[in-house]
Amino acid sequence: MLGYVGRRLLQLIPVFFGATFLIYFMVFSLPGDPIAALFGERPPPDSVIAAIRAEYNLDEPFIVQYFLYVGGILTGDLGTTYSGRPVEDLLAQAFPITFRLAMLALFFEAVAGILVGLIAGLRKGKLFDASALVVSLLLISVPTFVLGFILQYVFAIQLGLFRTTVGPGAPIQDLILPAIVLASVSFAYIVRLTRASVADNVGADFVRTATAKGLSRPRVVTVHVLRNSLIPVVTFLGVDIGSLMVGAIVTEGIFNINGVGGTVFRAITLGEGPTVVSFVAVMVIIYMLANLLVDLLYATLDPRIRYVK
Amino acid sequence: MIGNQAMTSPQSSSDRAAAAPLLEIKNLEVGFKTQRGFIPAVEGVSMRLEAGQTLAIVGESGSGKSTTAQAIIDLLPGAGKVTGGQILFEGRDLTTLAPKEMQAVRGNLIGYVPQDPMSNLNPVWNIGFQVEEAIRANGVAKGKAARARTIEVLQQAGLADAEVRLKQYPHQFSGGMRQRVLIGIGLSSRPKLLIADEPTSALDVTVQRKILDHIETLTRDYGTSVLFITHDLGLAVERADQLVVMYKGKVVESGRSVDILANPLHPYTQKLVAAAPNLASRRIQSARRPESTRKLDIASIGSVDDRMMAKADARDSGPSENLVTVDDITKIYRIRRGGFKTDELKAVDGVSFTMPRGTTTAIVGESGSGKSTVAKLMLQLETITSGSIRFDGQDVAKLKGADLLKFRRRVQPVFQDPYGSLDPVYSVGNTISEPLRAHGIGDKKSRSARVYELLEQVALPASTVNRYPNELSGGQRQRIAIARALALKPDVLVLDEAVSALDVLVQGQVLELLTDLQAELELTYLFITHDLAVVRLIADTVCVMQSGKIVERATTDEVFDNPREEYTRTLLEAIPGAHFEFGR
Amino acid sequence: MSNNLPETSQHFVADASATPVHVVDSLDETDKARSTWADAWDAMRTRPMFWIALSLIFVIVLVAVFPRLFTAEAPNSGCLLPNSNGGPEAGHPFGFTRQGCDVFARVIFGAQASLVVGLLATALVTAFGIVIGALAGYYGGFLDAVVSRVGDIFFAIPTVLGAIVLISVLPERTPVVIALVLAIFAWPQIARIMRGAVLSARSADYVTASTALGVSRFRILIRHVLPNAIAPVIVVATTSLGSFIVAEATLSFLGIGLPPNIMSWGNDIGQARTSVQTAPMVLFYPAAALSLTVLSFLMLGDVVRDALDPKARARR
Repeated sequence: MLGYVGRRLLQLIPVFFGATFLIYFMVFSLPGDPIAALFGERPPPDSVIAAIRAEYNLDEPFIVQYFLYVGGILTGDLGTTYSGRPVEDLLAQAFPITFRLAMLALFFEAVAGILVGLIAGLRKGKLFDASALVVSLLLISVPTFVLGFILQYVFAIQLGLFRTTVGPGAPIQDLILPAIVLASVSFAYIVRLTRASVADNVGADFVRTATAKGLSRPRVVTVHVLRNSLIPVVTFLGVDIGSLMVGAIVTEGIFNINGVGGTVFRAITLGEGPTVVSFVAVMVIIYMLANLLVDLLYATLDPRIRYVK
Repeated sequence: MIGNQAMTSPQSSSDRAAAAPLLEIKNLEVGFKTQRGFIPAVEGVSMRLEAGQTLAIVGESGSGKSTTAQAIIDLLPGAGKVTGGQILFEGRDLTTLAPKEMQAVRGNLIGYVPQDPMSNLNPVWNIGFQVEEAIRANGVAKGKAARARTIEVLQQAGLADAEVRLKQYPHQFSGGMRQRVLIGIGLSSRPKLLIADEPTSALDVTVQRKILDHIETLTRDYGTSVLFITHDLGLAVERADQLVVMYKGKVVESGRSVDILANPLHPYTQKLVAAAPNLASRRIQSARRPESTRKLDIASIGSVDDRMMAKADARDSGPSENLVTVDDITKIYRIRRGGFKTDELKAVDGVSFTMPRGTTTAIVGESGSGKSTVAKLMLQLETITSGSIRFDGQDVAKLKGADLLKFRRRVQPVFQDPYGSLDPVYSVGNTISEPLRAHGIGDKKSRSARVYELLEQVALPASTVNRYPNELSGGQRQRIAIARALALKPDVLVLDEAVSALDVLVQGQVLELLTDLQAELELTYLFITHDLAVVRLIADTVCVMQSGKIVERATTDEVFDNPREEYTRTLLEAIPGAHFEFGR
Repeated sequence: MSNNLPETSQHFVADASATPVHVVDSLDETDKARSTWADAWDAMRTRPMFWIALSLIFVIVLVAVFPRLFTAEAPNSGCLLPNSNGGPEAGHPFGFTRQGCDVFARVIFGAQASLVVGLLATALVTAFGIVIGALAGYYGGFLDAVVSRVGDIFFAIPTVLGAIVLISVLPERTPVVIALVLAIFAWPQIARIMRGAVLSARSADYVTASTALGVSRFRILIRHVLPNAIAPVIVVATTSLGSFIVAEATLSFLGIGLPPNIMSWGNDIGQARTSVQTAPMVLFYPAAALSLTVLSFLMLGDVVRDALDPKARARR
């Protein structure tokens, strides 16, 4: 296991440098004036331009700029927003809110998705399975931002069950509706994935042998079918964290939540390029770290990965 | 009736008091629901098994033998259903039990050992967990005692170091070890009946023998009856008192195994017995020697062996040139370990032999012996580490470009897996003509004519041209693979386990075809196999391989009659039913 | 035969005529020949979902290519402010936007952008992914190592996040540019799948057989490996078409996708957002069109998967 963790950490290093380089390259090395592009149609005052040039060391050679930038990231200096505030300050404030929202969404999609997928997989071809498939198909085809407005309109505006926007402290009860919106597409994918995996495992030789041992049906289903079916679901969660981040931008925007996503959303609508880039870079780094965690979880679930070679 | 039976069957005389048999199947009907409707798999099958006895169900794939076994403890796959008949276990009809009652029967009263050790243990749980789970579920032991019993069960199944291996996972075990674990699980609560569904067909013969011995000892100690499911007649007669022969979902013959094999009455059983490759029969050996040919008359019902022997004798037996000379070849693989370490694996270690034109050289060995690597080296699919293979005077390792292509035209392969060696998206016609196209031989018309000629040679109808591999049976696919190999009129065929995956009757037909083709086209065969019994039917020279080395090399008769090496003797001894005289 | 139950020690023989022994291994010549692809086609054409998906896609493509067939109204000109957020009336079945434009016309004209982005991004990703994945998987070695590492880097950036950064510095945003940007971050997925499929096809016995028959390496790749490895890529490509359409709509909704002068459902939803409380239907119609388009490609992907997935085939 330790060997696996070590290998996985080593693999992360080139990916980290590669991904940050890619982002930096896209913003500051493509033809044209990056500052003009970042600020769109509203050129900022000269003082801001000077601050940005200094911040990103734009007068240095490109590769030096990049290493200064990465050095900043590694030492906790994540850049400056449009208004001159350090990104890390804003992040310290916004991150806990987004983290809470994301955990709530992950909880919804994982628990409900696995449960529905398990039942559907065990009753393949029956009514429950057919309806689960249809519902999941519909949920995937309704984009997050559309579902956000629909639920906001129905539950908050029409029925008044929730507040339309989330309060400043982002209390849990206000986050339930946004979390459902954020979780919906992934929930549908998890249902389909779990269902397929359970249906496969139910027919597996080792499940038949487990039954032949004299185990009870509930034990066979949980210990042998479900346990093995979780492996592909966990793999999916890694990729899914990426969609959750995009979803968070949209959802936090719609529900006016002051999290990381909401900050990016506002920065995009206001055309504040530097804020967008700094925050997205941070999100990519969080995504990489989250994926590392998911991979470790995967290794604890599948001994074949842990003991390879 | 019952009294009668007790008298004729000495083993059951002690059970005279317990009149009812342990297991009695009456007119069992099982079918599968498919998209093409309901397909019957088992039709009106009846059999009975007395306490303490061993019964074997013998049949080819698709005969319904496994389905019958699975129906007993309700393990049929989702689409399968018992539609009629009774399964009486100690007088109780198992087909009418509620799920909870069946759960109490499974494991506790009836143990089950599955076929494929690789897929029957859950890869994500350790071995100890999987055995202990069975012990707890059947109430054999609880708490600490369950752990102790787990170790005991595994030790009895032949895992001496069970205690230290409890925390290991299935992928860290070899096939034979996993099968021992599965046997341990099956017998963990000392059931009255053990169903063993092809328990050793995935294992090497020597391992198979040890495992079967273990099952025999343990079940005798526990007084457990055994129901063997097998395709191997030799195994059935060696291990079982009673025999049931199944064909197409029906019982065609049943009775005492020695009776059936000595005197098969049903045409199917007769065919099966005749096709079973067999070693011990002296008649086969004497048939090779001209002075005793008259003995052939005793039994000439037309067994595959006899006809092949006759053909072998008919062949010009004068000394011929050595087409292939293999001289001290070695193959070393480098296996990357984590980091920068590499391990060396000597797959082939100083192997030498010669192949005279028009003869068959067999290489026999167990898994990991390096026999398939020799085939790959012969085909130049791998590079030789040291030593040389000379083909028709040329060093094959030095061949390049056009010369290599020319070599490939003359040395062609046929592989084991008839399901994997044909491209599923290629029609049969395209598959057979591919070598012709690759070497730019002939035009469209002449290639098509050659394809029809080849199909005729392998005894398949011309209409096969438009078929796809998934529509053909295993034997038919192997014929296609042979036709493809013959397309370029090669000198040498390398047959790597070419008949191992086939049912015994089909295997006999393919072997016969190979012998015919050899006589007709003066082919030289390199025949790689793990199955010594088949070697007897086809080879002129045998090389026995063990851990990369040839331990014994001699003519077929010498190897079978006077094996000089201990290992060869072990291999011969391990063949199930090696000493049984089959009726013809 | 029921009265003739086999007894344990009694030698039972079934009536030979009841179970006639056939010539082993004969070929049933009455069946018609079936290729893998013909099988897949048969599996698809018997599913109603396949035809529903296909008809929906046909209509959507028709709308995208010939919008004038469906509405006489121009989407931008003729917007009258007095009509702002007006309800449906004759000739304007879906009502009016906040700017007083005809919603129906905008929904019809919006199809083009979505479809162009979806199709183009899928085509780019599939073509690039197949070539790169196949070469890496088949030839292995240094090429594979480089491709895999570079793929890892792009894979570490979620597609839409990457697109947000890249688009924010691009001067021009046309459907083609959006498709290119999405493809830049999405190709590793297809390349990985292709690489895996090629790796397993490469080790198949029929490939070894062809090598030993003297077929050249490149010919084996083209004739044997690719046809056998392509199925999973087709499945993922069909489904990802929907994802690209959603991605474009999301970017446009955020205001960094297509510029307002290009008709796009994402733009319209973003516009309608401000007045969702008073005129929810203005938001609903483009949203429904978008969802229906994604749904039809998803359904097609599902049918294709069931037809091509070897596991699903085995279960039939």
